[in-house]
Amino acid sequence: MANVAIEAAAARPAYGSMSKDRRWALRWSYFFLVLFAIFFLMPPIYMLITSLKTSQEISAAGNPWWIYNPTLANYIELLTQNHYLTFFRNSAIVSVCVVAITMLISVIAAFALARMKFWGSATLATGVFLTYLIPETLLFIPLFKMFAWVNETFDIQLMNHWWTLIILYPSLTVPFATWIMIGYFASIPKELDEAALIDGATWMQTLTKIFIPVALPGIIAATIFTFTVSWAQFLYPLAFTTSTTELVLPVGIITTLIKGDVFNWGQIMTGALLGAAPPLIIYAFLMDYYIAGLTAGATKG
Amino acid sequence: MAQVTLRKIVKKYDEVLAVRGIDLDIVDKEFIVLVGPSGCGKSTTLRMIAGLEEISGGDIAIGGHVVNDVPPKDRDIAMVFQNYALYPHMNVYENMSFGLKLKKTPKDEIDRRVKQAAQILDITELLDRKPKQLSGGQRQRVAMGRAIVRDPKVFLFDEPLSNLDAKLRVQMRTEIKKVHQKVRTTTVYVTHDQIEAMTLADRVVVMNAGLIEQVGTPNDLYHSPATKFVAGFIGSPAMNFIPCQLEQAAGGLNLRLADKLSFPVPADRTARYASHVGKGNLVLGLRPEHIAETRPHTEPNQHDFDMVIDVVEPMGMETMVYFTIGAAEICGRVNPNAGAVATQSMKLRADLSNMHLIDDGTGKVL
Amino acid sequence: MADIAAPSSIAAMGDSRSSLHKLMQRKSTVAFLMALPLILLITILVAYPAGYAVYLATLNKGMTRFVGFGNFEFLFGRDTFWLVVYQSCLFAITAVIFKALIGFVVAHFVHNIPSKGQRKWRGMLLVPWVIPPAMSTLAWLWLFDPSYSAINYLLQPLGIDRIPWTGEAGWARFSVILVNVWIGSPFFMIMYLAALKSVPEQLYEAAAIDGATWWQRIWYVTLPMMRNIIAITALFSLIVTFANFDIVRVLTAGGPLNSTHIFGTWAFRVGIEGGDIPLGASVSLFMVPILAVAAAFILRDITKRGSEV
Repeated sequence: MANVAIEAAAARPAYGSMSKDRRWALRWSYFFLVLFAIFFLMPPIYMLITSLKTSQEISAAGNPWWIYNPTLANYIELLTQNHYLTFFRNSAIVSVCVVAITMLISVIAAFALARMKFWGSATLATGVFLTYLIPETLLFIPLFKMFAWVNETFDIQLMNHWWTLIILYPSLTVPFATWIMIGYFASIPKELDEAALIDGATWMQTLTKIFIPVALPGIIAATIFTFTVSWAQFLYPLAFTTSTTELVLPVGIITTLIKGDVFNWGQIMTGALLGAAPPLIIYAFLMDYYIAGLTAGATKG
Repeated sequence: MAQVTLRKIVKKYDEVLAVRGIDLDIVDKEFIVLVGPSGCGKSTTLRMIAGLEEISGGDIAIGGHVVNDVPPKDRDIAMVFQNYALYPHMNVYENMSFGLKLKKTPKDEIDRRVKQAAQILDITELLDRKPKQLSGGQRQRVAMGRAIVRDPKVFLFDEPLSNLDAKLRVQMRTEIKKVHQKVRTTTVYVTHDQIEAMTLADRVVVMNAGLIEQVGTPNDLYHSPATKFVAGFIGSPAMNFIPCQLEQAAGGLNLRLADKLSFPVPADRTARYASHVGKGNLVLGLRPEHIAETRPHTEPNQHDFDMVIDVVEPMGMETMVYFTIGAAEICGRVNPNAGAVATQSMKLRADLSNMHLIDDGTGKVL
Repeated sequence: MADIAAPSSIAAMGDSRSSLHKLMQRKSTVAFLMALPLILLITILVAYPAGYAVYLATLNKGMTRFVGFGNFEFLFGRDTFWLVVYQSCLFAITAVIFKALIGFVVAHFVHNIPSKGQRKWRGMLLVPWVIPPAMSTLAWLWLFDPSYSAINYLLQPLGIDRIPWTGEAGWARFSVILVNVWIGSPFFMIMYLAALKSVPEQLYEAAAIDGATWWQRIWYVTLPMMRNIIAITALFSLIVTFANFDIVRVLTAGGPLNSTHIFGTWAFRVGIEGGDIPLGASVSLFMVPILAVAAAFILRDITKRGSEV
């Protein structure tokens, strides 16, 4: 009896301090989260601030974090300028085409690899994964030389055309889209396609009527990634395109808005912000798919 | 006319034999249950009947036609899977009509069949729900409904109840039996649960290690198992196996279980067992219900003995007692009021009229 | 009756098994054709160039003559090359360690707060990962501007005087790592957060009953449970960081005095801008050993996980 009473008495303050601990843990968590959020969001916010300033204000000595005379001049100038719209159009066409090509190739191939099994399919799946680990920094030099060879042999000039990127980017996007889709398809129970088989579906019908609808979240995730990767790609366009009419956004901004040592920061930041907008908008609306795909595919980081 | 015939069916996976030559004749309208431990080849056999697995040898005929080289959709079968395999993006109606739609069945015909099947299974009000919104039992019904609408020659069930909880399983078992009584389609049903097999089947096929151990009605299997495997597999708690020796005694044979424990063999079996006197490897098989507390009145072939009880498990209507003879752990079923107490001695009674003598070397019941 | 009919027809069709077999074979042919575009793409645009790079590395500058290991010998004799090796390793290893650390810490904080608000925070903290790196690096370049640096403006009141973020070798090295950490740690955060959520709550309860402090809970429960995901994320990140191009190219272009060049950017400088394709190919090939080791570890982990399933 006495023992029980003592324990109960001792337990009460302990319980109280535990919930106090938790409250403090929560406060600290929020404090640090705010700190990290500031760190993580500082550059995009500064992009926005700068993009709303006049060039006089940018080169003035005032507080760079404050906008004294907000203006949309940078946006207007950029969006009425032919170059920038060309870059944007090139980027959009390239990305949309790459997404279409990538999804077509990778969904069909992933279905074959995950479900139909043929001689060497396991090796090929591993191979897909390995190619997904090979970075473009290793490939651009031989590709450069291969393009020269194509030009000499077939008289097709691949260099300095934006559409060349449509051929090139799938080599970056298809392996990982396939890898993600193999994962999603593999998680669909085998009984589902057997049921379809008994129901009389052909392989193509099983793919289009069962697998694609069921794996739709995966397909959306892979589509978002493909788009983001091709929109952000920097090395290939830098190496393979030079004329202003053939550039895509990231390279276009850097090569045309920076003239020698003169940095027009207002326009650069505006261009960069607008360039970052499409992936950001897609992300804002489809965040859950994005994150699901990220963690499912163990994507490059 | 939908009998299913298996002739010398063999399945090899990269030189590993999963099924080693099975012969089975399934009669029209029959409910056959394939039962056995996991890895015994029962599911593989079912999948070969369905056409989901290629057969490595032998022949399968459905309704008199060899279907070895017929793709699943043309075999006129329907299958219910363990995880139901409902298409998650389709509602119940679409799930049930998918097969008919692929066959380009007229719309009103599809509608009629789906509604009829839904009525049989009592799922009419679920038709526009998605599988996600259904309980386990309802999914199970939909899976059966999908099979029924196709009006196939043969139903194939692959452990359809093992994902349900115990109570629902019993309920759905009855449901399946009712459906079979209504539609009378030849059914092949795979399970690892011997109770399911006993309760559902017209005939049970017990499989082990890729071979058929025994085919028979549930009662046949229970009362006259052909092998030690069947004897041990059918019945719960399982049959007791006690190593023993057969001795010649005055006026008959004597079954020696331990130095101080022996029973006379029932007189009607003396001739059957005579040739095994003195041989090793013999095992006495006796079901728990044939070991009970002692009673004043003695029937023929019943013999009393004393045992120290190790564990007592009251079950309500009866009490299980566990004790050991040599290295064998033995279970008996006694009256709850018989006064069984753990670690204390108790007078028990063995009823040898239902005994089985097993040759442990060949595994055959003698 | 019917039972007898079946065996007789079986006898008649004794050798007909081949056609289901043919069907199965046709299935694999179809499957192969479905995978063919993928195979062609990988072969032409990845496998062949990768092999071709090795061949290119053995040619002289004009690509007219086979020089064997000549390019490598040349590289070994140059100080810049060793500077690049040093900087590549420093850059990749330091960045990955800090990404992993920050990712882990932030994931914990997000995991700590009520799950209602987690989605919002997670969404906000992943933004650096979503912005194209070349674009966000531009913002950093502007934040680091020698004369108008907005960061220096903030540091001034703290008594820290004008940091030459991209102007001095040491600071430039720090800056490229900082930007890389900024871009990469959200990814770690997301991976760790997913892993944290998969640790069963009972384990923490059991540990709490055993009297573990929060630190011991992290050390004995969280970390061992997350070991796999930590390893695989770090290896992935190591590969990508090692092969980085965008950040260094935009932020410093390798300068000042080649002090921030890594293999990717230097190969570009030498091979494309300098016109010495074989030498550029040789430089980029130095990424292969570390990539191969990391890939081997990842592959081992993945096949191990595959066989467990």
